[in-house]
Amino acid sequence: MRFALLRPKSLRSSALKKHTIVALVQDRPGVLSRFVGLIRRRGFNIESLAVGHSETPEISRITLVVESDHVEQVVKQLYRLIEVIKVSDVTDDPTVEREMVLVKIHSTPTTRTDIISLANVFNAKVVDIGTNSMIVEMTGAPGKVENFIDVIRPFGIKEMMRTGRIAMVRGARGHQASEYVEASNGHVAQPLN
Amino acid sequence: MSEQRTGAQIMCEALIREGVEVMFGVPGGAIMPFYYAMWEYRDKLRHVLCRHEQGGGHAAEGYARSTGKIGVCIGTSGPGTTNLVTPLADAMMDSTPLLAITGQVFSHLLGKDAFQETDIVGITMPVTKHNYLVKNVEDLPYVFKEAIHIATTGRPGPVLIDITKDAMIAKTVPNWDVKLHLPGYKPTYTGNRRQIREAAEMLINAKKPLIISGNGVIMSEAAPELREFAEQLSIPVVTTLHGIGSFPEDHPLSIGMPGMHGWVHVNKAIQECDVLFNIGARFDDRVTGKVSTFAPNAKVIHVDIDPSEIGKNVKVQVPIVGDAKQVLQALLEELPSAQELSELHSRMGSWISHIREMQSKHQTRQQYFKRDENVVLPPADVYAALSKTMNERGNYRVVTDVGQHQMWAAQLLDYYRPRTHITSGGAGTMGFAVPAAMGVAIAHPEDTVWAICGDGGFQMTNQEMATIIQEGIKNIKIAVINNGYLGMVRQWQELFENKRYSGTPLSGPNFAKLAEAYYWKGITVERPEDVQAAIDEAYATDGPVLIDFRVEREVNVWPMVPQGASIGDAITDVSEL
Repeated sequence: MRFALLRPKSLRSSALKKHTIVALVQDRPGVLSRFVGLIRRRGFNIESLAVGHSETPEISRITLVVESDHVEQVVKQLYRLIEVIKVSDVTDDPTVEREMVLVKIHSTPTTRTDIISLANVFNAKVVDIGTNSMIVEMTGAPGKVENFIDVIRPFGIKEMMRTGRIAMVRGARGHQASEYVEASNGHVAQPLN
Repeated sequence: MSEQRTGAQIMCEALIREGVEVMFGVPGGAIMPFYYAMWEYRDKLRHVLCRHEQGGGHAAEGYARSTGKIGVCIGTSGPGTTNLVTPLADAMMDSTPLLAITGQVFSHLLGKDAFQETDIVGITMPVTKHNYLVKNVEDLPYVFKEAIHIATTGRPGPVLIDITKDAMIAKTVPNWDVKLHLPGYKPTYTGNRRQIREAAEMLINAKKPLIISGNGVIMSEAAPELREFAEQLSIPVVTTLHGIGSFPEDHPLSIGMPGMHGWVHVNKAIQECDVLFNIGARFDDRVTGKVSTFAPNAKVIHVDIDPSEIGKNVKVQVPIVGDAKQVLQALLEELPSAQELSELHSRMGSWISHIREMQSKHQTRQQYFKRDENVVLPPADVYAALSKTMNERGNYRVVTDVGQHQMWAAQLLDYYRPRTHITSGGAGTMGFAVPAAMGVAIAHPEDTVWAICGDGGFQMTNQEMATIIQEGIKNIKIAVINNGYLGMVRQWQELFENKRYSGTPLSGPNFAKLAEAYYWKGITVERPEDVQAAIDEAYATDGPVLIDFRVEREVNVWPMVPQGASIGDAITDVSEL
């Protein structure tokens, strides 16, 4: 936090609304760069970004958390990218959101059991134990992950790595990558509105 | 067809298959294999050697904008490609189908700071519709097909293909039987029927409707449909800078250009109208002025093929995503009965005469014909003579650069057909006119192509005059509106910065002598009485001619809506500031 004060105002994170954007994209070189480039053009800060394969080969799913009050235009402009198949702002939709964190916690023989019992409360797993540290893996909703980190912070966090948020819309709504593959027989004119 | 081909031969054949006939480029190390192969195909694929890659890019833009076909430009790796960035950005802003083919270092050298290596795909991502790095010869047939498809369909735009030298040298049996796979790219051409009906109803019931016609109408070849639609409903038509030519300017329903240097009556009509039908224009800030006060009484219908344009700048009541031609055709099917139409026509009569009344009150061109006793050569005299001669001789196309002369050319010359007014609008690229005019002249050898430039922009790319001679192009005439300033910036300095002429006074060579040095005919005009003779001489000369019009130095473009002001508040004279 001390460091944060040295950064110019334009680089500091602000109190803008956080939006969760989910996108399906073709798995081609450069697609992530194009996607992120459009967000950068507007000067929006990306809080987290998770990319991986979807249920369909050659289509990837991106979950992006971005701070801005004006994402609607960006979402529309993301469609201009040739390799972007579907984009949704799911911030206000019912979703399941998850994040995973690995934390290397300072531990001594006396604090070890406290950490383990705390981890159990959060359904976190101890995945490595060393002489003066242990690594705990925790998965949960982003708020719960925050909670967990706050609780274990007093023990001393040596290293932390978060995957960034992934999100999926509940129920039948949402978007399956397979729908877009079947329709992909070249250039088809299709009403959007 | 099952013979082995080098990558470079495949590139040539791919271009020929897509109907490409002309390419504008400059060779260099990494692109040499393509030039080696090009020699075999020179009967079908004309190469125009430009003096600078930027010139090649703008020439390809001029070719594309005047024909609707894809323009092709070529550069080698490193600086050869970075010089293409400006034309690519220009083509992106003005939705021009452009294909840039660039050589890249050998794939094993990528990322090693090899000689003339630049990450051009990374550099051009924000200024292209799409781009590619090709490292395998097998990918070439597919990539060329997809690239040209993307550049020319939907909202057209520039596409760059960067090809490593080894991919051009390697051989394979090309597989032309490729099927495009673009699940994320399905442009919408047909407008939604329900919204089209709603739009038709709104326009039929409007009391003061207005059409704004933009580049989209020209690109989708929708000018005949626009004319029929406007005539059927008797709606006045405003043409944006890029919409010029989409509607004949001598038509009784044509009222002129809107925006920062639009006519007062046009802007006033926009502010008064109750339904604003925008077809194929993007509500650029130079058109809208202060957005919050733009068309305050209007319900807005916006037709655009790019969904991200709708609602971007101006709030829209009826959005229609689709191709201008198809939407207009659909709208024409929604017209009411002949009786209703004739009632509508009589209703429109008062609206149109109201606009014409405003027009006569705010005399459009009058401002330019005021003259002091000691005036040397008013720029308006040049335009008046050009306009008269062009109208008499016909078959002309005008290519303009960026600045005061550009606005004068939009205001003071007449345009009747699409693709006869070509300019750099969105990007405002100085140096556009000379090379772009070359592209237009190559595409239209039967027309006289006038490149109208300022002395500032002319000096940015005038080296293409050598290319024009080498290619034997004769149907090109350059008019330099030479006022010894970067005039538009000077105008702003005069009006808003207390006449602090910082960095705007500009010297140049003797342009006529420069033209002679390039083996052109060069003419200098300093007096009003010599203007017409010079233009006549340019027409009489069988070859390229440059006329250096040394005009009065400090003349402004009027009217002007100051930046950030409402378009209803145009000023028409310095005294109004």
